[in-house]
Amino acid sequence: MLRFILTRVSLVIPTFIGITLLAFFLIRLVPGDPIETMAGERGIDAARHEQLKKDFGLDKPLIIQYGYYIERVLHGDLGKSIVTRESVLSEFQTLFPATVELAVCAILFALFLGIPAGILAAVRRNSIFDHGVMGISLTGYSMPIFWWGLILILVVSVQLGWTPVSGRIDVLYYIEPVTGFLLIDSFFSEDEGAFMSALGHLILPTIVLGTQPLATIARMTRSAMLEVLGEDYIRTAKAKGLSRFRVIGLHALRNALIPVVTVIGLQVGVLFTGAILTETIFSWPGIGKWLIEAIFRRDYPVLQGGLLLVGVIVMSVNLIVDLTYGLINPRIRHNR
Amino acid sequence: MALLEIENLSVEFPTQGGIMRAVDDVSLKLDVGEVLGVVGESGSGKSVTMLALMGLIPFPGRVKAKKLSFNGRDLLTMSDRERRKLTGKDVAMIFQEPTTSLNPCFTVGFQLTETLRLHEGMDRKAARRRAIELLEQVGIPSAESRLTAYPHQLSGGMNQRVMIAMAIACNPKLLIADEPTTALDVTIQAQILDLLMTLQKERNMALVMITHNMGVVAETAKRVMVMYAGQIMEERSAADLFASPQHPYTAALLAALPERSEGSRLATIPGVVPGLYDRPRGCLFSPRCAYATEHSRNVRPELRPWAGGHVRCHYPLGDPNRNANMNADHPLGTEAAS
Repeated sequence: MLRFILTRVSLVIPTFIGITLLAFFLIRLVPGDPIETMAGERGIDAARHEQLKKDFGLDKPLIIQYGYYIERVLHGDLGKSIVTRESVLSEFQTLFPATVELAVCAILFALFLGIPAGILAAVRRNSIFDHGVMGISLTGYSMPIFWWGLILILVVSVQLGWTPVSGRIDVLYYIEPVTGFLLIDSFFSEDEGAFMSALGHLILPTIVLGTQPLATIARMTRSAMLEVLGEDYIRTAKAKGLSRFRVIGLHALRNALIPVVTVIGLQVGVLFTGAILTETIFSWPGIGKWLIEAIFRRDYPVLQGGLLLVGVIVMSVNLIVDLTYGLINPRIRHNR
Repeated sequence: MALLEIENLSVEFPTQGGIMRAVDDVSLKLDVGEVLGVVGESGSGKSVTMLALMGLIPFPGRVKAKKLSFNGRDLLTMSDRERRKLTGKDVAMIFQEPTTSLNPCFTVGFQLTETLRLHEGMDRKAARRRAIELLEQVGIPSAESRLTAYPHQLSGGMNQRVMIAMAIACNPKLLIADEPTTALDVTIQAQILDLLMTLQKERNMALVMITHNMGVVAETAKRVMVMYAGQIMEERSAADLFASPQHPYTAALLAALPERSEGSRLATIPGVVPGLYDRPRGCLFSPRCAYATEHSRNVRPELRPWAGGHVRCHYPLGDPNRNANMNADHPLGTEAAS
């Protein structure tokens, strides 16, 4: 087991270097620089431009800039935003809880609907329910997030007026960030409507962000379940006289969840990608929106730092998922 | 009163090409403590018959029977819930592949105590004690430490012992062993058979031994049922069957045993078991039978009492008028045998 963990952790290092390379060079391939975007339409004269570039260290060759960047990263310094002059890390820390809150809700939404739907579809295979679930999940999987988000806003928020259009909470409420998770903070706050408002603001973004993971998890659960239900040990479980519920919910599900857990780990990356679009659509003050704005402003330090942090988080979550794999699959636990 | 009574049992599976009859009109009686061998080639319906008895025919299979009663209780009219109380408790089954028949995600102890807690209502501690006893009874060394083992940590033979322990956990009146030794080494095969027979005698439990191995039948069964393409072909005491088989199919099976072979080549039965599309109109064995006639090709024989058992053949081998009957019915034997 220890060897397994060490192998996995050592794989993190090349991935880490890869992320810094991509984050650093890709944004520099985009025409324009931060000074140009800050100057705006009017522009500034060339001498001032050169001076500012020198101030930010952007006049040196790229490879030297990269070297300086890596050196600072290794010292734990992700730099300051060129635009706001705030430290990248502290900006990330303020915004990250919002994204986590949304992502956790989205994955819970996907799990609580996806796994039961997948199980039922497998148990009643080729029924109307099965075809319905698979049809809907294929649609959900293929639907562009931005389009789905806009349609939901149009129908649910604008026409029906059931949910707020955007933001995290009504402007009427001010909630002191304690944990940073608005759902928790508002729950313990004095304001009675705050929690419901925060919850209401979460519904549509959760659905939009959770749709793709939901579709993936439902399909994955169904196919894993179908395979498991044909296994000999399911016949044994039935031959023992166990109830249908126990056969499916314990003997089959325990085995079917093994591949599903891997998929859930992979969904974390999908969630961050999805968060960029979802947060933009719903003006959700999280990491996704922050990164998009950094691209528009050519805010190199924010992009580099933000991508690096997101990358590290995705890697860590996948590592944790791989390690928990052993918990649910005894065959892996004993082989390592 | 017989322990198990099956009358006119049929199992059908709808397929795209039509209805596939896996078990065709099987009737069978089994007494308390009796050992019955069920033999036949792959696809002869022997396993499906027993799965139907256990209520384990997978959807969309259909089970039809005139009578299906166990220990005086009618299985056909019983609710699913009632029936589950019986399966695993009074009727238990072990399968061909011990390693895949145990759930890889749960320990041996969990899978064993699960049955005890369900059917005997034991608490965790009592079930654990009983589980250790059972593992010792089936000859697993250091039984207590095996409780925490997973199936993949045990050998095939050990897993089959665990399966047997699970099956006998609630003292079943009937144990069905579906090719219990096929997937095991020859030395282990003998051990498992010994174990099954010892348990059978100790507990006076009825045992149905499904196998395609005539040797296994000879060692275990008192009575033998030979199945072919879903039908019973012959049924009689083991001693009589081995001494003087009445059905040409039984005779051919016995002739194919290596220890009975004459000369350097092993006797074989030409052809294969008929499938969905080539099911003969007459006797199901007629396309492969060395003694087939016009009559047997067109008219399906009934299972009839014969020489202390039953046989489904127009011309049983022990019939004194056999040659006369066959000649009257236009024999095709020579061409079928070639």
